[in-house]
Formats: sequence, structure tokens, C-alpha cells
Amino acid sequence: MVITTTHFLILSLTLFVIGLAGVVLRRNLITVLMSIELMMNAVNLNFIAFSWQFSDLAGQIFAIFTITVAAGEAAVGLGLLVALYRLRGSVNLDAATELEG
Amino acid sequence: MRWLWVIPAAPLAGAVLNGVILRRRIGHRAVSAVATGSVLVSLLAGLGVIGSYLAGGGAGRGVVWTQTLWDWLPAGGLWTTHLGKRLVDFKLAFQLDGLSAVMVFIVTFVGFWIHVYSVGYMHGETGYQRYFTYLNLFMGAMLLLVLGNNFLVLFVGWEGVGLCSYLLIGFYYDQPFPPQAGRKAFIVNRIGDFAFLVGLFALVSRFGSLDFSTVFSAIAADPAAVHQPYALGLSFAGFVALCLFLGAVGKSAQIPLYVWLPDAMAGPTPVSALIHAATMVTAGVYMVARSHVLYDQAPEILAVVAVIGTATALLAATIGLAQTDIKKVLAYSTVSQLGYMFLAAGCGAYGAAIFHLGTHAFFKALLFLGSGSVIHAMGGEQDMRKMGGLRARLPVTYWTFLIATLAISGIPPLAGFFSKDQILSSAFPAHKVLWGVGLATAGLTALYMFRAVYLTFHGTFRGTEEQAAHVHESPAVMTVPLVVLAIGAVAAGWVGLPKLGGWDWNLIERWLGPGYRHVAKGAAHAAEHAGVGLEAGLMGLSVAVALAGVAIAWRVYGGTRGVEGGAAWAHRFPRLHRMLENKYWVDEAYDATVVRGTWGLARLCRGFDGRVIDGLGVHGARNLTLLASYVSGFFDKYVVDGLVNLIGVVLQALSRLFRRLQGGLVSQYALVMVVGVFMLAFFCVLLLTQ
Repeated sequence: MVITTTHFLILSLTLFVIGLAGVVLRRNLITVLMSIELMMNAVNLNFIAFSWQFSDLAGQIFAIFTITVAAGEAAVGLGLLVALYRLRGSVNLDAATELEG
Repeated sequence: MRWLWVIPAAPLAGAVLNGVILRRRIGHRAVSAVATGSVLVSLLAGLGVIGSYLAGGGAGRGVVWTQTLWDWLPAGGLWTTHLGKRLVDFKLAFQLDGLSAVMVFIVTFVGFWIHVYSVGYMHGETGYQRYFTYLNLFMGAMLLLVLGNNFLVLFVGWEGVGLCSYLLIGFYYDQPFPPQAGRKAFIVNRIGDFAFLVGLFALVSRFGSLDFSTVFSAIAADPAAVHQPYALGLSFAGFVALCLFLGAVGKSAQIPLYVWLPDAMAGPTPVSALIHAATMVTAGVYMVARSHVLYDQAPEILAVVAVIGTATALLAATIGLAQTDIKKVLAYSTVSQLGYMFLAAGCGAYGAAIFHLGTHAFFKALLFLGSGSVIHAMGGEQDMRKMGGLRARLPVTYWTFLIATLAISGIPPLAGFFSKDQILSSAFPAHKVLWGVGLATAGLTALYMFRAVYLTFHGTFRGTEEQAAHVHESPAVMTVPLVVLAIGAVAAGWVGLPKLGGWDWNLIERWLGPGYRHVAKGAAHAAEHAGVGLEAGLMGLSVAVALAGVAIAWRVYGGTRGVEGGAAWAHRFPRLHRMLENKYWVDEAYDATVVRGTWGLARLCRGFDGRVIDGLGVHGARNLTLLASYVSGFFDKYVVDGLVNLIGVVLQALSRLFRRLQGGLVSQYALVMVVGVFMLAFFCVLLLTQ
């Protein structure tokens, strides 16, 4: 069996949908953050798959760049999480409704 | 002359001082000093002015002194009248001629002594200062009346004395009857005053002036003009004369407006003496005499004056026979004597009318003051049936009262004899019936006056023991005026001695001047030619009739007979007695017709007001307004407010919808975003694949 770009894309899509479902359906902020990481990695996988197909390094460089930013994002996200926990005594997203209109 | 204005001004100033400036700030002594002093000033000024008038030879030649104080009502404008175009301008001006001189003397002299008497009579009464304020105000108004040189000033005085009369009749306002009597006097007078005003309007519209000199000289200059038909089937002169006479009928208490005067006795007795006997009620006689030029041009009205005067004299004298209240007797006597004066004026003997006015002022004021003294002594008792035998206890009062009674009865040589004789001798040639009734009335006068004397002063005392112990002669402040007026009642007639042959000592007619002297054309000539015999015969007859009246009075009431004698006679003529005692039921008749009629009319008007104006008009308008406001309120509430609320409700519903989008749940936002992205992607793909 020859592994083609299409397989990569299917895997990437699957990961992305799992992440999306996690973001939308889960209430725990830690799970949500992990799901966002999952979605970002699905995107990275896309970049790399197309970089591989077209022999272009730009995609891989972009993926590394995304991982770097994701690290920062995780740091900020966990910081927010700690702050929320201190404020509410819980990390449940339903408790944080200050943006209610 | 220059001091003419002082005569009315002094009492008015006294009234202002007592009534306004010094109100309740001074004691009784000071009040009476101000009041009596101001009248004394007036009396002295009057005497001085009259003295210089007589010294200047003014009297008898119709000389008129006038003093114009200021332009009072400059009505302005050129006014087309009978006399051509002229400026209508009423002045506050006084005039002194023979007539006003006589009146001023009577009013100030009698007025002064009645003020003095009042000091004693009103001693200790509440409202002392109020009493003297009114009395001074009355003096001022009365002097305005007799001194005014035009009808307007006369009218101001006329109304002023009417006002004071009203105030003083109702002086005891805390009792039920006096205020009622005051109102009656005021309303009855108002009826006459209405006609009086109409007469004045007619004069203004014709002559554009109310000055005596202008009006009377215009009438005298062109008598034919005032004889032309004017109104009510009368000539102009007749119409005005009738209107003015109706005013006099009210003021001087003649038929049919005499009913107020007997009730006016509810006031204090000195007031009855001054206002309702000596001065105010004679204003009508003065006014007719003052307007004699006008009345001479209206013989038909003069006849009316004479007939009404005679009828009043007889009617009042008969009523006076049966009254038991001493003041009521005197009141009817006053009405009767005023009738005499109008009889004289109606016969054209204006001089005789004024002469009788003067003598009457003295003896009637004296009678009233005497009765006041009796009432004072009896502790307020006015019923003669409860008096009797007071002769010994009240000697001064008795003798002065007796002198006045002799004077009014026409016993020579007292004042009443001369004036009454002059009236009768002028009535004799004018009309025999008038003369006959007048003569009979003279007898009745003697009868009812001596009845009063016998019942009050003779016989035995019929009051309570308490009263008997209390009876005392009045203090000097009251008896001195009695004595002074008694001298007047004796001597006042001597200024008008009758003409007998070549003798002419009739000073009063000489003072009054031409116009008052020779009267009623034919009558005067007849009198002149009648000769000494007839004069003396008439005189003797009237004295005989008067003596007959006295004799009957003695026969019925004299000695110890007193009330029982009267009762016996009343028993003999029960119907006549009842009729006289009830004053011919005139008051009752007026009550049944005029008073009840007015009430009925008032009730009708009130009904119309209540049912039609209030019912249909006011309540209808209210109901309409209510209905309109309900409709408009409904519209406001459901249409206008409904629209406004609709906007609110719609916005609320929309906002409920959109609030859902902003629940604050991040996951929800994310879901919406995802759905959106998918939809966008779906449409993009859809578009790209086509």
C-alpha cells in the first residue's frame, strides 16, 4: 500500500474534528486547551504533508514556527487557567460567563 | 360767607375723628366732647353766616350766596340740551338763601341740643362712640342736603341721611327687631329714591345741569317749554315734579311709603327725635319747597301732593289714637304732621310748609326727648298702659312735654298754632275738603297727644313696684335741652304771626323771600281779599277744634280714668278700635303683596337658576366634559399608549432572541463559529463547483 497525501489529509481531518469536538463539547478548560493543541497539530500535519508532496521546505518551516507559537499559547492558556481557578475555585468553562451580553 | 363750608364740614370732621382716627382710643367724655363740640362749631358758624346774611339785607330779596368749593364731576363734553350746547359740570357748591338759612338754623340748633341730650341718654351704653359717629355723620349729611346749591349735592346729603338713619335705627343690632326695621327703612326709602333719581336724570337731559339757579331760571324763563308733554301723559314739569315728589314720599314717610317710620322707633330715642322727627324726614318738604319753581308749573302734581299730604295726615292721626307705645304715638304724629306740611306745599303755600317744618322740629323733638326722659326713668318701658302719674316724679319732663303737646295741638300762643293756622288758612281757599280734613286732623292731633299726656303723666302709677322705686327725674344734661327746646316750642311761632288787616309781621315768609310768599295764584288772591273776618273766624275755628280734642281726651282718659276710660271706649267701638290698633293692616297688606311677591319672584328665579341654569347648563356642560374626557382618555390609553408600548414589546422580544447569542459561554461561541465556518465553506464549495 502506497501512502499518499490523501491519507495524510484524512488523518489530519480526523484529528482536527476530534479537537474541534473537544473544544465545543467539553467543559473542562484543561481539556479544551489540549483539544486546541490537537487541532493545531492537525494543521501542522497538513503543512508537512503538502511540503512532502511539493518538495518545498516552506511548509515544514511554517510547522516549526506554529509549534513555537503553540508553546507560547499553551503558556498563556495555562496562565489564564490558573487565574480563573483562583477567581472561581473551578476550571469549569460554564462558570466563566462574564462575556454574557 | 367764607365760612359757609364749615357748617357741614365740622360735623363730618367730628364723625371722622370719632369713627376713624380716635376709634376706641378715648373715653366717653372725650367722645361726647368731640361730637358735641363739632356740632357747636357748626351751629356757631351757621349763626355767624346767617347773621351776616341778614345784616347784608340778603333776606327777603331773594339774594343767594354761593360758595363753590371745587369742580366735582366735570362730565365734560358739549352736551346738546334744551338750553343749547353746554358743558356739563357738577360742582361741589353751597348756597345760602332764606330757605337754607332757616333749615341750617333748625338743623344745627335742634341737632346741638339733641347731641347734648344724648350725652346723658346714652350714658353707659355700649357703642357710645359708634352712636356719636353716626349722629355727627348724620348732621354733616343733613347740612349738605340743605346747603347744596345743586340737586346732586342735595342727593348726596339725601342718601347720606338715609344711610345714617339706617345705621341708627339698627343701632341695637344684637336685638332681633332693630336691624329688621333699619332694613325696612332703607328699602322703602330706596323705592322713593329710584323715582327721585329718574327725575334728576330727566333734569340733566333737559338742562344739562342740576344747579338750582340754572334749572329754575330756565323753567321760569320759558314755562311753555316745560308744559309740553313728556312722559306718562304728563308734561315735563309734571313728570319731574312727580318723580321728585315720590322721592319725598319715601323720605318724608307719606302714603304709601310711610310704613318705615313707625318701625324706625326701634332706634335710640334721641335719634328718633333728631332724624325721624325734626330733620331728616322733613327733607322731602324742604326739597319740594326748594323746587317750588318747578312745582308751580305742575298744578296737577301739586294737587297730588296736597291730597296725599292730607290723606296721610288724617290716616296717621287716626292710627295714633289707638297706639299704646308712647314712641309709636309720636311716630304716627310725625307722619301726620308731615302730611300737614305737604298739604301746605300742595296748596302752594311753601312758606307755610317750611314754617310748620320749623315749629314742628322744636315741639316734636321736645316730645321725643320728653318721651326719652320718661323711658329712661321707667327703665326702658315704652308702654303707656304701664305708666301714669309720673307728673309729680318727673316735673321738668312733664311741664316741657305739656308745652310741646299744647304747641302741637295748636293752642295759642304756642308755636304750633301759628304754623298750623297758616296751613289751614292757605288750604281753605284752595279746596274746602282739604281744609275740612285738615281741621278734623287738628282735632285728632289734640286728642291723641292729650291721650298720651293723660296716660303717661296723670292718674295713678300702673307699673311694677320695682319701676316705681326707680323712677327719677333725668340729669341736667337731659333736662336742659328739654327746657331750651320748650322755649323754642313756645316762641318759634312768633316769627310767623298771621296777617291780620294791615299787619304783616310774618317774618318767616319775608326771610324766605319772593316765591314762598304769594302762592297758588287764585288761592293767594282769595286769601288777600278774604279779609280780617274770615281770617279770624278760621283761626277761632281751629282753636275751638283743638280745644274740643283736648276736652274729649280729658273726658276719656283724664283724671283717674286712664286706661280704663280708653278700654271702655274701645269696647263701645270694637271694630274701629281693632282697625286702628292694627294700623288698618297696611303692614300686613304690604307683606302679603309686595314682600311675598318679591319672595315669590326670588324663589322663581332661584328655581330657574337651580333647574335650568345649573341643571341644563352647568351640569350638562359638566357631563359633556366628563364624557369627552373619558373618550379622549380611552384613546390615549389604548391607541397612543398602545403604539408606544408596541414598540417596546417588539424590541423586548427581539432582545430576548438576541440575548441567546451572547450567553457568555465560550464553547457556545465556538460552536456558532464552527457552524458559520461550515456554512461559509459549504457555500464556497457550492459556488466554485458550478
